[in-house]
Amino acid sequence: MLLILYGFEYKWGDCRVKDGNAIELRNISKRFGKVVANDHINLSVRYGEILAILGENGSGKTTLMNMISGIYFPDEGQIFVHGEEVTIRSPKDAFPLGIGMIHQHFKLVDVLTAAENIVLGLPGPMRLDIDAVSARIRELAAKYGFDIDPNKKIYEMSVSQKQTVEIMKMLYRGANILILDEPTAVLTPQETEALFAVLRNMRDAGNAIIIITHKLNEVLELSDRVAVLRKGKYVGSVQTAEATVESLTEMMVGSKVTLDIDRLEPIDEPQVRLVMKDVTCVDPEGIITLNHASFTAYGGEILGIAGVAGSGQKELLESIAGLTPKESGEIEYYPPNQPMQVISKFSAVEISRLGIKLSFVPEDRLGMGLVGAMDMTDNMMIRSYRKGGFFWADRRAPKTLAEHIIGALEIVTPGVSTPVGKLSGGNVQKVLVGREIASAPTVLMVAYPVRGLDINSAYTIYSLLNVQKMRGVAVLYVGEDLDVLLALCDRILVLCGGRVTGIVDARTATKEQIGLMMTSSGKEGER
Amino acid sequence: MSNNNHGVREPLFHISRRQDYSLWLAVFVRLAAILLALVVCGVVIVALTGLNPMEVYAGIIDGAVGSSRRLWVTIRDTLALLLVAVAITPAFKMRFWNIGGEGQVLIGATATAAVMIYLGNKVSAPVLFTLMIGASLLAGMVWGVIPALFKAGWNTNETLFTLMMNYVATQIVSFCIVFWENPVGSNSVGIINASTNAGWLPPLFGLTYGWNLVIVLAITVFIYVYLRYSKQGYEIAYVGQSVNTARYAGINVKTVIIRTMAISGALCGLAGFILVSGAGHTISTTLAGGRGFTAIVVAWLSKLNTFTMMIVSFLLTFMAKGAIQIASQFSLNENASEIITGIILFFVLGCEFFINYKVEFRHRHREG
Repeated sequence: MLLILYGFEYKWGDCRVKDGNAIELRNISKRFGKVVANDHINLSVRYGEILAILGENGSGKTTLMNMISGIYFPDEGQIFVHGEEVTIRSPKDAFPLGIGMIHQHFKLVDVLTAAENIVLGLPGPMRLDIDAVSARIRELAAKYGFDIDPNKKIYEMSVSQKQTVEIMKMLYRGANILILDEPTAVLTPQETEALFAVLRNMRDAGNAIIIITHKLNEVLELSDRVAVLRKGKYVGSVQTAEATVESLTEMMVGSKVTLDIDRLEPIDEPQVRLVMKDVTCVDPEGIITLNHASFTAYGGEILGIAGVAGSGQKELLESIAGLTPKESGEIEYYPPNQPMQVISKFSAVEISRLGIKLSFVPEDRLGMGLVGAMDMTDNMMIRSYRKGGFFWADRRAPKTLAEHIIGALEIVTPGVSTPVGKLSGGNVQKVLVGREIASAPTVLMVAYPVRGLDINSAYTIYSLLNVQKMRGVAVLYVGEDLDVLLALCDRILVLCGGRVTGIVDARTATKEQIGLMMTSSGKEGER
Repeated sequence: MSNNNHGVREPLFHISRRQDYSLWLAVFVRLAAILLALVVCGVVIVALTGLNPMEVYAGIIDGAVGSSRRLWVTIRDTLALLLVAVAITPAFKMRFWNIGGEGQVLIGATATAAVMIYLGNKVSAPVLFTLMIGASLLAGMVWGVIPALFKAGWNTNETLFTLMMNYVATQIVSFCIVFWENPVGSNSVGIINASTNAGWLPPLFGLTYGWNLVIVLAITVFIYVYLRYSKQGYEIAYVGQSVNTARYAGINVKTVIIRTMAISGALCGLAGFILVSGAGHTISTTLAGGRGFTAIVVAWLSKLNTFTMMIVSFLLTFMAKGAIQIASQFSLNENASEIITGIILFFVLGCEFFINYKVEFRHRHREG
């Protein structure tokens, strides 16, 4: 593996490009409370170059780019734009420097046309000559190979057309340094190809382009140079031509860290508890979010689910829970000592009515798992209130349960009648996990259960999951930290672009192996 | 004063949420607010009209509860307002912004009037009342369920939808008046069954509005219990807090929306029954008289607690009746009395801020 220094000669010399670095970052650091998001990062991008910034979730890619575009202000370090040191306090400072960032979530006014959105907020004469604006947009579109209709309203547009408007907005304002935050996450393969063609044209015209991504094949296909971040630190950068999937994966995941998490041996005979057969999900935008996924979960084991963000983890769990509609496929549920049930046709309403013992700790704890404004008793009650007669809701049992969970999980709270939204993140998670475990599930699904938790709370959650495993529960654990997955789980299922790229034994698998499966969609994934 | 030396100047005061809630403080602040409101009103009265404020206040009290008849009219109107407020509460608890109470009341009243007019003198009293109540409940329910169906099915905006349903209801009443005109040419329905009193709620325990009292109080208690202690009430609260969480927990959100609006609309329809059968014995486009909207104020002022609504709806009705009295007694413009109501409401609402928040002034510490 080669680390290329900044002075490397550039091969696009025949194009009319500006010389030198478009942006250079020196010793940039950013902290959020105790968390160091960016730790003394040095990075540069030239005009006429596509730089890919690669890293796992939480490696600090977006934070770094937000500092260039003025959303955050660095705690330390200097930013140079075209060789001059600059202070970027807000996006308003970034525009005159020619910096434009295209975020994952578009900021467009639905009822206005593309042209109106593009000129929105720009200074100009009293009377707006929208035809001149449209002509200028068409001119820019022709130059870079965009497909855009300036008079189309945003609400009539597909996701990729909206993205085009966002890019055009930046170009119209004269941006020559473009930052794109995971631009392909919402696109189909054909749309991705079209976007890449446009980006190459823009590069050839001398613009600097930074693309944040964690899809290795796209990095290799599009970029000229790759910079890798890991856990807030700058690992290095390589010339794309000299990089391989393997070398990039190694830079991205780093070497194995030994964690002191117990992995108990599974109970004697693993029983099949849940079988997913060939399930496909399509979101309302028409994008395939889960692509013919199949796996089997056994009682008495923790099945880890790995993948970069948005690879279909959410859909995998929610399709089991009956919250995401399925295009095709079947899910079988094997309760102990009872006949198998096909649950893929059930909605969440029917699953809870039929008493299927499926527990789910969702990623969004206070937006989905719990109601922040309600107290612990009322939040416990959601799993039990259907019991008993028609009219009266029983509050006594959930209150007892809440008191029990406070004691058993050492939850720090003034009492059962305090709204759970007022508790700290770790305690909120304990309330949620405690409730889900209390219903004695056959299958327990947890999504990012230790995100945002301090180390002690995280270990409490791990041991709770281990207790469930030893009770014979099939635990599905969606996580982002590969070290944790490798230390805690029995097997790890890897998702990439909605596809199951493999299921490995966590006792023998390596981080590189999983990292490779996480990032290589298509052919590499299926080998 | 050397505050500027610090670079950052401490603001004159800052506001923080009270951690310690005490009942005595709440009572004290509210009483103080009412007293202050009366003082300010007094100043305004003197400044605007030159009248003795004490006489004006006496006029308000006289107008609202000055005689047995006036007292009962105030109680009757309080009950009507209270019933509408209680009726819309389940919807608001679900955060379904039902501003169509007006239309639901009107349509319930229309159904009641229709039964009175067409069957009034043909069937026995128990059958007639059953039909009237049934018709009012059903009509109000339909009026409430229509926007709920669209909300549940296509996520339409319930605020606009329920609002527009009000106008449809008004038009239906206008249309019916064409057929029910009595006497012909008056463009009004007149008193229905004036000679036979068929379909008029009879006195109960010797009280003219005895039935009104019993029905409305029973429903007030029922809704309190329903929202606080029943399974369906719990589901309503859950959907109101977070649709996403409710969906995750396996609550059928669409069913809850439709069911709750059915209850809410039906009870509004019943308020229409009370207004026709138990009070006015007639129907007109202005029968609901803005109660559908005032009820929203009552419901939220009471923080959706139906017992508090009794007090609030009495207070508002009391002020409205008093306002009419002083308007005629001192030949004041009605707006003048509305100013008084407005000032009182301003203080009563404003004092909630001081109950929930603490204002701390800059500490006057001297250095050196």
